[in-house]
Amino acid sequence: MHALHIRNLTKTYANGVEALKGIDFDVDAGDFYALLGPNGAGKTTAIGIICSLVNKSSGTVQIFGHDIDRELEAAKACIGLVPQELNMNQFDTVLNIVVNQAGYYGIPRRLALSRAERYLSELRLWDRRLDPARGLSGGMKRRLMIARALIHEPRLLILDEPTAGVDIEIRRSMWEFLRRINEEGTTIILTTHYLEEAESLCRHVAIIDEGRIIEDAPMSTVLRKLQREVFVLTLADTPTSAPFLPGYETVLRNDGDIEVAVDTNHDLNGLFDALDERGMRVVSLRNKANRLEELFIGLVEAKQRNAAARSA
Amino acid sequence: MDLKVNWVGFVTLVRKEVIRVVRIWVQTIVPPAITMTLYFIIFGNLIGRRIGTMDGFDYMQYIAPGLIMMSVITNSYGNVVSSFFGAKFGKHVEEMLVSPLSNATIIMGHVAGGIIRGLMVGALVTVIALFFTQLSVEHPLITLSMVVLASTVFALLGFVNAIFAKKFDDISIIPTFVLTPLTYLGGVFYSISLLPEFWQTVSLGNPILYMVNAFRYGILGVSDISIGYAYLIVAIFVAGLFTLNLVLLNRGVGIRE
Repeated sequence: MHALHIRNLTKTYANGVEALKGIDFDVDAGDFYALLGPNGAGKTTAIGIICSLVNKSSGTVQIFGHDIDRELEAAKACIGLVPQELNMNQFDTVLNIVVNQAGYYGIPRRLALSRAERYLSELRLWDRRLDPARGLSGGMKRRLMIARALIHEPRLLILDEPTAGVDIEIRRSMWEFLRRINEEGTTIILTTHYLEEAESLCRHVAIIDEGRIIEDAPMSTVLRKLQREVFVLTLADTPTSAPFLPGYETVLRNDGDIEVAVDTNHDLNGLFDALDERGMRVVSLRNKANRLEELFIGLVEAKQRNAAARSA
Repeated sequence: MDLKVNWVGFVTLVRKEVIRVVRIWVQTIVPPAITMTLYFIIFGNLIGRRIGTMDGFDYMQYIAPGLIMMSVITNSYGNVVSSFFGAKFGKHVEEMLVSPLSNATIIMGHVAGGIIRGLMVGALVTVIALFFTQLSVEHPLITLSMVVLASTVFALLGFVNAIFAKKFDDISIIPTFVLTPLTYLGGVFYSISLLPEFWQTVSLGNPILYMVNAFRYGILGVSDISIGYAYLIVAIFVAGLFTLNLVLLNRGVGIRE
């Protein structure tokens, strides 16, 4: 069964901006799905329509089979949303925010309090439950929004850039938490600008750009399309110019490291052999960008080149 | 509509609203108490003694029901407009919009919060009034039903204002330029029989006149207008404003793009 089924979804705002130009995609129940795209691509508009915060212009949206035009309340009951912007009453206490949200979903107060203890404890906020939200750090507010979205135990959790501005330690602990609730059966849709996050967590990826889906496939399939990766090498002796390595494109960086582009039909052993032959000892090696980021940039740039070619 | 979900949601909304009113009591309860005390001292005690009687009651007694109703009206309105606009401004209105709560429940929850604040302030002003004059309730059922209906009308009006408001200025314009003049001209301080015939007719277009007079009838037993007509007018306003709010929310006016 599809957790989310979208067909020909369009949205034109009152100012004439076409945010969505007829998108189709399905999210399977139990999936961990990444919805990626540059700023202004239409991700947040799509999420807004799914969660009834934005009116669609046309198209179909079904959540676990409930059409938002015919069974809106049943559809809403299936969703938990962690929005991009902070949207809580900053003067209310952490506990009230979560328990009130449960009330809006018809969960009796006694049950809401026990669930609040569970989720606030898991997200390390229980000790702050009586504090007003405005006193929390940015990372805590993000975690509070996750607890609030989970309090009615939704079948579909939508996270719109949940780790923006969150430090690396908290981000990693949030990843672990999200992985666990996904394993327990919650379908998750994630938008993020941290492509490492999407690659690490998600099994399926859709890329949206200028209101259209330009890629929609399992993560493994998408990553196989990657033609080359760029590595950054720190050498024991800093070179004065980019070394010539047959079959590899090299660039000397300002910090003395070298960037080496490795096509998928070459391997790293060949690169190390070539460096060894020239007496160059490698101290460290890292990816310049993560693999999904490379692919993402490639897809968006290819689309822009095609558009420029068409208009020329 | 899932009745259980909406009932729990309604209770949650009312509870949240009451906690809000009590938490910021210095802003919600104290100012109307001080204002009304000043009205009683200045208009009732100092000036009222020179006015003498009105409709057979001393002036302090005559204006007390009107001042109680005025505080109920302004506080019911103010509670809903500030609470719902605050939720829009702070974006936490989205907590309700993403949930399965029906729009009718969202309206009723906020309106109930407005009524409760109106009644809390009304009760306090009644206690203050008793320091200045004697009040015996002639028709308790009419008194209670009219105060609840009037606060419902103005809580619903506050909701309409909050739906259309885009900035904080927008939630003070209506109270300042519409609500306050209508209240002052609604027979709080005088009987419309004192007005020239033309202005008496004009006054009949002011809904607050009916509420103030029906409430005064409940307490003192005197009124400038027919009580049955007052109930009809108020009932029409309640039904009309509730429907208007529902249509606006269903269309997403002011809350959805």
